[in-house]
Amino acid sequence: MSSRFLLGRIADLVVVLFGVSIVTFLIIRLIPGDAVAIMLGANTEVTPDRMAELRGRLGLDLPMPVQYLHWIGGVLHGDFGTSIWTGRPVIEEIGANIWPTLELTLLSVIVGAGLAVPLGAFMAQARGKGSEVAVRIGAIAGLTIPSFWLGIVAIFLLSKYAPGFAPLGYVPFSEDPLGNLQRMVLPVIALSLPMLANLSRLVRSAMLDALGQDYIRTARAKGAGRRLVVYKHALRNALIPFITSVGVSAGYLLGGAIVIEQVFAIPGLGRLVLGAISERNYPLIQATILVLTGSFVIVNFFVDLAYAVIDPRIRRR
Amino acid sequence: MFAYIRAHKLLSFAVAFVALQVLLAIFAPIVSPHDPFVQVMVQRMKGPNVLNWLGTDQLGRDVFARILYGYRTSLMTCVSAVALALVTGGTLGMLAAFYGGWLDRITMRVMDVLFAFPIMLLAIGVIAVLGPNAWSAAIAIGIVYMPIFARLLRGPALVICESEYVMGARAIGASDARIVFLHLLPNLASVVLVQTSLLLSAAILVEASLSFLGLGAQPPIPSLGLMLSEGRNFLMLSPWPAIFAGFAILFLSFGFNLLGDALRDTLDPRLRGRD
Repeated sequence: MSSRFLLGRIADLVVVLFGVSIVTFLIIRLIPGDAVAIMLGANTEVTPDRMAELRGRLGLDLPMPVQYLHWIGGVLHGDFGTSIWTGRPVIEEIGANIWPTLELTLLSVIVGAGLAVPLGAFMAQARGKGSEVAVRIGAIAGLTIPSFWLGIVAIFLLSKYAPGFAPLGYVPFSEDPLGNLQRMVLPVIALSLPMLANLSRLVRSAMLDALGQDYIRTARAKGAGRRLVVYKHALRNALIPFITSVGVSAGYLLGGAIVIEQVFAIPGLGRLVLGAISERNYPLIQATILVLTGSFVIVNFFVDLAYAVIDPRIRRR
Repeated sequence: MFAYIRAHKLLSFAVAFVALQVLLAIFAPIVSPHDPFVQVMVQRMKGPNVLNWLGTDQLGRDVFARILYGYRTSLMTCVSAVALALVTGGTLGMLAAFYGGWLDRITMRVMDVLFAFPIMLLAIGVIAVLGPNAWSAAIAIGIVYMPIFARLLRGPALVICESEYVMGARAIGASDARIVFLHLLPNLASVVLVQTSLLLSAAILVEASLSFLGLGAQPPIPSLGLMLSEGRNFLMLSPWPAIFAGFAILFLSFGFNLLGDALRDTLDPRLRGRD
């Protein structure tokens, strides 16, 4: 990888992260009306003293650019602000709630992407009009089925027919590994299904593309077996577009996880951010969005780099 | 007409499936056998029966009526959202391509930044600012999808702006507006149509998620996502409202996705069988 390519990508990354920080910073500043009165109004009586105190604490009486510099300076030193109500650093509350969300998202990415490859490769073997339509309808249905609804129906069926199986709540993996995984089964299935539908269709069409290429014919002509050609030659090339899609889907899953957490009563970031919205705890909302989006952007940066390592054509562009 | 339907079975089915649901939503006041707001306490949490085709909810309101009106809420929110995204994002993308230079660079950078946010997070951020209601949800979804249209239209618009017929038009002294409306827009129509349909499908799921979380339409407005979250609390007593509301979301989203998919095949034969 040329250093010029790498530097260009890093510059892109910095610009996007800067933009993300500006958008997140603006969340409190764009609230219509007096943000401080609105925040206080959620939980307590609004008095001029309290308003002046909070305004000073959030630094809202300074000019905007100065406010931004204060805020971003704090963020770069790990200070994401303090909760309006508890006065604790919001990063502590995020740290206490992030693990269930990360576990749910990661497991779903692994399950969704892991199953998509064999499923897509298998579906690529089925050609012809009937199976073409079946694959398409199946993929669209999988993609558009509301995963939170799937979760609710699963909970209903289980509690009706298998009341012993406790699907709700969360226990940390370190305390009870089996109980943890048992409670993760349903949320992961519900969350990964749309990704599985999307990615397996992608793998299938990439496989069909690859199977039509000259090098496949060459491999077959050399006498390579059908299985070898499908799984080694075609699949490898089909995986290239697949990798980018996994990175993008991870962001989609992160959003889906917030909803699924509500369904399965998992105490993760979804619950934290929804609670923060109802008590108008803006510093907490801001920090959660910044942390999650920032990590998502950085993950995708590495996915892009991995993509360039695998496919030399990207580097030359 | 019949020959066309035979030749495009999937597309015809998708059009009919979507049209049926849209018409049901538009004519809900005529079609609906009950008022979606009337609570009949003695008829609470009934299963499907002759009087209430899909049963009643925890307040004795007719589920079928609430689903029809829920379709309305969902479609109004999502159509406004996608229209907002199309008009703002599409305009920005085309202007960026048309004028190029700094305008192009800055616009597309801003779009990159918006695109970097996971969809639900950006939507939640917007709703945190505007307050939870159906219109905030529409604006939130619109902002989230804006960069998709900007990117989608910028590429083809660039190609068209460089094409010989646009240069020819310029050479004979056509104004910018004439080129945009007469040459640029008609050539982008098919791309826009496909993407609009696909994004409507996605927007329906996002809107349902948001109102499920209590960040979209507020009670007592009939909303499919709200029906799911309210129905969830009474699942053991009566699963019907939640089950039917889920099917309604699925059918609506599925219809638009299938429509977009079939349209892409029909409008652009080169892409047949791809995704």
